[in-house]
Amino acid sequence: MNATKVMSPKMGSRTAAPRKFSLGGFFKAREAGIVLALIALVAFTAAQNPRFLSAQSIRDILLGTAILAVLAVGQATVMITRNIDLSVGSVLGLSAFAVGSVLQANQSLPVMVALIVGLAVGAACGLVNGVLVRFGKVPALVVTLGTLYAYRGAAYFWAGGEQINADELPAHFLKFGNSSILGIPWLVVIAAIVLVVAGVVLRNYRAGRELYAMGSSPQAAELAGIKVGRNTIAAFLVSGALAGVAGVLFAARFGTIDAAAGNGYELNVVAAAVVGGVAVFGGSGTVWGAGLGALLLTVIGSSLAVLDINQFWQQAIVGALILLAIGADRLVAVRVAKALKKRDSHV
Amino acid sequence: MTSRFLTGVLSAAAAASLVVTLAACGGTTRNDNSSSGGAAQSTAQANPNAPTKQGVKMAYLPKQLNNPYSDIEVGGGKVALDELQGQYKLVGPNDASASSQVSYINTLIQQQQDVIGIAANDPNAVCPSLNQARSSGIKVVAFDSDAAKDCRDVFINQATTEGIGEQLAKMASDLAGGSGEIAILSATPNATNQNAWIDVFRQQLTKPEYAGLNLVKVAYGNDDDQKSFQEAQGLLQSYPNLKAIVAPTTVGIAAAARYISSSAYKGKVAVTGLGTPNQMREYVKDGTVTRFALWNPADIGYLAAYAGVALASGQITGVQGQTFKAGKLGQYTIGANGEIVLGPPTVFDASNIDQYNF
Amino acid sequence: MSDKGNRPAFLSRPASWDAAVIVITVLVLLIASSTVENFGSSRNFSFLLLDLLPIALIALPMTFVIVTGEIDLSVASTLGLTSAVMGELWNRGLSIETIIPLCLVLGAVLGALNGFFVTVLKLPSLAVTIGTLALYRGLAFVVLGDSAVADFPRSYTSWVTGTIGDGPIPNLLIPLVVLALVFGLVLHATPIGRSVFAAGASEQAARFAGIRVGRLKFWLYVVSGLVAGLAGVLWTLRYSSARADNGLGMELAVVAAVLLGGVSIFGGKGTLPGVVAGVVLLATLQNALRLQDVSNEALNIVTGVLLIISVLLPNVITSVRAAIQRRRKRALPSPTPDTGSFAGVK
Repeated sequence: MNATKVMSPKMGSRTAAPRKFSLGGFFKAREAGIVLALIALVAFTAAQNPRFLSAQSIRDILLGTAILAVLAVGQATVMITRNIDLSVGSVLGLSAFAVGSVLQANQSLPVMVALIVGLAVGAACGLVNGVLVRFGKVPALVVTLGTLYAYRGAAYFWAGGEQINADELPAHFLKFGNSSILGIPWLVVIAAIVLVVAGVVLRNYRAGRELYAMGSSPQAAELAGIKVGRNTIAAFLVSGALAGVAGVLFAARFGTIDAAAGNGYELNVVAAAVVGGVAVFGGSGTVWGAGLGALLLTVIGSSLAVLDINQFWQQAIVGALILLAIGADRLVAVRVAKALKKRDSHV
Repeated sequence: MTSRFLTGVLSAAAAASLVVTLAACGGTTRNDNSSSGGAAQSTAQANPNAPTKQGVKMAYLPKQLNNPYSDIEVGGGKVALDELQGQYKLVGPNDASASSQVSYINTLIQQQQDVIGIAANDPNAVCPSLNQARSSGIKVVAFDSDAAKDCRDVFINQATTEGIGEQLAKMASDLAGGSGEIAILSATPNATNQNAWIDVFRQQLTKPEYAGLNLVKVAYGNDDDQKSFQEAQGLLQSYPNLKAIVAPTTVGIAAAARYISSSAYKGKVAVTGLGTPNQMREYVKDGTVTRFALWNPADIGYLAAYAGVALASGQITGVQGQTFKAGKLGQYTIGANGEIVLGPPTVFDASNIDQYNF
Repeated sequence: MSDKGNRPAFLSRPASWDAAVIVITVLVLLIASSTVENFGSSRNFSFLLLDLLPIALIALPMTFVIVTGEIDLSVASTLGLTSAVMGELWNRGLSIETIIPLCLVLGAVLGALNGFFVTVLKLPSLAVTIGTLALYRGLAFVVLGDSAVADFPRSYTSWVTGTIGDGPIPNLLIPLVVLALVFGLVLHATPIGRSVFAAGASEQAARFAGIRVGRLKFWLYVVSGLVAGLAGVLWTLRYSSARADNGLGMELAVVAAVLLGGVSIFGGKGTLPGVVAGVVLLATLQNALRLQDVSNEALNIVTGVLLIISVLLPNVITSVRAAIQRRRKRALPSPTPDTGSFAGVK
């Protein structure tokens, strides 16, 4: 042990450069891999059917990605801390219906208020998740499984089989869902803002680094003085709030809302995050990766339609991608562990 | 570990192939399946002069609950049951799935209802439980979407199947300008009514006056708004020269109209089919939809209630030729296979759409 | 002071928890029979049993999997894929006697794939089974699409939904009871069962004790898949409907029932009678509430809350007990033998 201490500064300086390169290089490689896959897929599909790159088609893809990307950013935040949030689909549904009901009753409410209402509903749901995980010491899997059921049931209870139709929502809200600013749809702008803010905070701010530390080793983080409890609750709060925002975007985009909105979304969200490099075991991955994962999944869906391949392949492909992604993560983790062992053994 | 794993797999495979070979020597296949079985049509005699039973407990089980069209249908049923001093109940799944309907049918049997009114998601899947209901003395009135005919007592059809198919084909042809690619956006793949109408539609297209039309695809939106929206999107992506989308489902036509009216295809691709005036009004006004058809869904539920009470009172038994009175709708005669037809469909367009409120 | 304070609280948890669950289940059954209209009839019990059958079946191997510290979320998708394959093979004219064994083998193969990922590639079971959940369900849709196959032979479907003679006992009760007994005996009275508990309590210690943990987990996944395949066949026959979306979302109900029955999500603890009670409790609540016209979806709130409570409550009880113990220790004077006086008073 002592020998290590004495030798490590020299070892550190000698191997600092190559070590940093391999770890940083890996992260970059993952996102680069997704971008390459995206380019290849788009190129192939466009070659078969040039309409794929038409303005309308691109717009539809981006709009579809926006909602999934917002959800994926929240999921990535939670997964980085070595937790998971399976309730996001139900939170989206609850938020969409809440916002729809509020707008149905008050037609003149500005879009900003709708966004805040959705965010608040989602944040409340996320808070419950966080508190149960932190203070109840219940594993996130079980908590969010239970709240997936509970929030969905609450949405059905409230909605009672009703449906809010597009003609009951204010026109300016629906326009927000479909219109653009400077050529970019509003929904995409919001998704981009969420992505950028989350990316910057997680990378450059202490709060973000603490989340990574918690995911890498919860005990070490606790010993290092990180307020694990508070950060855990914060992570779930963020995930819930973003799911709430996604609910508002959903309501604006589709216009018809019932209690079943967002049913089954959690699978695609987790897939987007996992494919984008966020490890289920926590401690690695970026929200950029999650966003790219969301884009990839949406493009796959559109490509299948354009190439007239049986749309049903989509879910199978999503499953295969998840398995591929975690396999790749495992491979890298093994390599990193070997590399670390080699460095420490200084034979 | 690996060798044991392989041994395990090989022995499992060997066992499986042995079983398969043995079983292949005999066995029940689909062709052996003897037809029907279960409760057949009632053989009891009808007594048209029997007094109308009071307090008939009738439960409505539409395809799914969160569907504006179903809501109007069962609303009509409630009005009728109030007139008849019956007890109205509404149950149903939130997804248009057959297995969910089966568990509701079981619950209704347990609650000892007198009549079940059902719009079937799958004509065969609900059959065993419907027959179990009938053998417990419950009358089954199918409406809108039929169950297999040996599982229900009567079927309320909104219009003749031929009439609907013909109307759809005519509207599609007029709006597409007589020639070009058209597509259908349907509900769920197994829905009896949808498939019946689509079959007539296809038959119509073989006629010489529709020779210029080319039906390129039948897409399924599962009567789910979001899925229908995405299917409409997919249709245009795959077939950019599409002239018309025909959606014989109110959910599908509303979703397709919404997508087209906010896209670059507005005015270029016609949207038609079966829709409710209230849902379609905005798209007729903004020019996305020129013409579509329907009937008054409330009348279907209303007629189903009167038929159900007549069955429960013994006034009819579902045999062709029997008649009964259906409140404000007048006298109805049961047709072949227990089918009762409501009437011809109405075509809606900008000139008459404001006269209706449903 | 009672000796309860000397026994660590968490060790007595499974014994008392599943006893509590069994008691609650019986109570709920009695209350429902007397207060809920139409509940206490033999026909309703037959419906109840048919409703809980797939969950009960899959909960049996799931107990083993969770006790070893893993999880299998792909069971419902295995059920769905089996059902879809069953429908497709029937469409192609194969005989039902051929189809059923093939579907069982398919289930086992799907389970083996899970086992391979978890034990050979050593990937985390949560992520793996989320992936296979999507993959298998997706394949089910590829095989059968959106449509349903509903014309299975009446002799089979009526056997599945029928009863013994004209009595109240459903035909399927016998195989279910037999399987439950077998699984229960294996878990609680055989070396395999003890290995399962050991592997869940501490994988490393189990390995050092000579237990082939990897191989054990692998075969547990195979059994899980096989039983899910069986559940798929029975589901298809019961509803006379093979659909790719059969059983969608059911894995949550299974996990909820297992955890409700006192199995610890962390592994190493749990009893099979508790799980059986958990399944019955959940199904009874759903059936009784549905008879009171509570919608299927509002029942979700009940299931979700029960799931959380089933894991929350033990933790709360443990913390409360620990807090009480601490307070007792503080209040007690230091344990000097009864010789001298205390503060001068004898």
